[in-house]
Amino acid sequence: MDLQTTIYLVVGATFALYIGIAIWSRAGSTSEFYVAGGGVSPRLNGMATAADWMSAASFISMAGLISNMGYGGGLFLMGWTGGYVLLATLLAPYLRKFGKFTVPQFIGDRYYSKSAATVAVLCLLVASLTYIIGQMTGVGVAFSRFLGVSKEVGVYVGMGVVFTYAVFGGMKGITYTQVAQYIVLIFAYTIPAIFISMQLTGNPIPQLGLGSSLSGQDISLLAKLDQVVTELGFGRYTTTTAGSTLNMFVYTFSLMIGTAGLPHVIMRFFTVPTVAAARSSAGWALVFIAILYTTAPAVAAMAKTNLIRTITPGVVLQNADIYGSDSAIKYDERPDWMKRWEKTGLLKFEDKNGDGRIQYYNDKTKDEAVKAKIDAAGWKGNELTVNADIIVLANPEIALLPDWVIALVAAGGLAAALSTAAGLLLAISSAISHDLVKGVFIPGISEKGELMAGKIAMACSIIVAGYLGLNPPGFAAGTVALAFGIAASSLFPAIMMGIFSKKMNKEGAMAGMLAGLGITLFYVFAHKGIFFIKGTEYLDTIGGANSFFGITPEAFGGVGAMINFFVAFVVDKLTKEPPEHIQHLVEHVRTPRGSKAVDGAHV
Amino acid sequence: MDKSGEAYWKATLGLVSKILLVWFLVSFGAGILFADWLNNIHLGGYPLGFWFAQQGSMYIFVALIFIYAKKMGEIDRKFDVHE
Repeated sequence: MDLQTTIYLVVGATFALYIGIAIWSRAGSTSEFYVAGGGVSPRLNGMATAADWMSAASFISMAGLISNMGYGGGLFLMGWTGGYVLLATLLAPYLRKFGKFTVPQFIGDRYYSKSAATVAVLCLLVASLTYIIGQMTGVGVAFSRFLGVSKEVGVYVGMGVVFTYAVFGGMKGITYTQVAQYIVLIFAYTIPAIFISMQLTGNPIPQLGLGSSLSGQDISLLAKLDQVVTELGFGRYTTTTAGSTLNMFVYTFSLMIGTAGLPHVIMRFFTVPTVAAARSSAGWALVFIAILYTTAPAVAAMAKTNLIRTITPGVVLQNADIYGSDSAIKYDERPDWMKRWEKTGLLKFEDKNGDGRIQYYNDKTKDEAVKAKIDAAGWKGNELTVNADIIVLANPEIALLPDWVIALVAAGGLAAALSTAAGLLLAISSAISHDLVKGVFIPGISEKGELMAGKIAMACSIIVAGYLGLNPPGFAAGTVALAFGIAASSLFPAIMMGIFSKKMNKEGAMAGMLAGLGITLFYVFAHKGIFFIKGTEYLDTIGGANSFFGITPEAFGGVGAMINFFVAFVVDKLTKEPPEHIQHLVEHVRTPRGSKAVDGAHV
Repeated sequence: MDKSGEAYWKATLGLVSKILLVWFLVSFGAGILFADWLNNIHLGGYPLGFWFAQQGSMYIFVALIFIYAKKMGEIDRKFDVHE
């Protein structure tokens, strides 16, 4: 059986499983559609949260970015896991006690104002939509490889599948489907990593393999990688930071508080039975997430090593001269996986010096010693472009693993992208149908009408996200990081102050959210275009790229959040205190006793 | 809020601050600010600062949440506000 048939079979089988579960537990009433009746155990909920959370960005894109960034890529790892500590200690138990369906409902009730709820819906929509753009980018990559088509066609196919998938079942369908998806994606991620770790270091546990010596050599994998990438003009793998220490700090901070502020993750904690369960659910979610996240740095470093080994065989394991005239492979003799990825347009080769061989190095290096050696070798520029988003999917192919492993990874990538896209679409649909249409515009809408409004909202979001996903503002993980920045700068401070400050009033919260969201979008759009539309960037207005202390737009959410806190604090001091009953409400939210099942009714 | 309510909230905040202090020290401290310095120490083949950024902080995060959940449960029962 050839590789393509194996992929079809494995992906088809996993899809049949998800759809089967979705049909088996099809949503009935609105309450079930959103939160599965509130009766899911912490461990199961943790697993579903992990699947919901780990998207195309985590599965497909993150290790590829770390592979290119080296040490600095740790910001994704710390940022996207550290947020759970904030979630568990600052938000989840209190929001569970509050006992409502959605984040805008909490904001609306706590800040006693429909306008505040509407502002929260706006923040939620901008963050979730940006997030889905990142997912569609990832879905496009996965489908293009899986079907052997261009990335554009991959995005179109993905749009159709995500839509069918999300509209099919509600949260209940999705909770159990997501448990299945977690299992598929975690196997898909760890099995190739185990194989590759064995090949390179002889240690089957990737987390330990990354810290081990190369097979048959005295030098550790990381030390060897440091040496080889430096010779190729890239930054030293274990020390190259993300821009600057300040940028890495702010970026990590932004991802952490964004994690704690993202509505589709918070919603998960409404589905556990008690406040105590909300606390441990966050822990379980992080356990299941950490299995993938601690494997990712091993995947990243080993994929980089294997890529270099493919192009210059003998350099890593036999100490061949990396600049030698016959050390790089001939393009005509390139391995099959390169040919397969060339079809998608995500891997490109251009023979700049006409020697028929592939030179892969950083041609923008500033290291004079490296430059001299490169000139002596007659290299005329980097000839191989590898899109960072393909690294994980191509990883088992690069390591020449068996076909079924490659097929499993394709299935895992699709599972990751689909589950998160579905969770986000649900957050969007509930924000529009429940919080906006029912909460603000048509309070008397029927249950059926509410569900219909939600489905229309889902369809529109997919079309917008798919369109923008064709020309994405960055790699999947970068785009998703922007979404986190938006959630960090707008929602997290408002929710946190709603619990930890009795005196925060609606004026303060609203001003804070709008200021945080506004300034972050202003900075992001300056780099990435207004609403991410290519050609509308206005970098000159803000004085060039990363002009704010060298902080990248992906990291700016951390600054936006600080502005949010500050503006809220000042406005709060200038306006009158919240009413007495709100201060009592906050006291009530702070103690676990008296928690009851979630109800969606508006007060 | 009555007296025991205030004491409960104070105990909660005390625990949360301790948890978040460790959270900050392992990630922003060991993983970012002091990473260069810690890289002089090696843990197997890992430079220590790199290890904190790409492995260690995540393990500690998991432990922190479970410690928090357990201690919080104890505080709840002590002040008789558990479910």
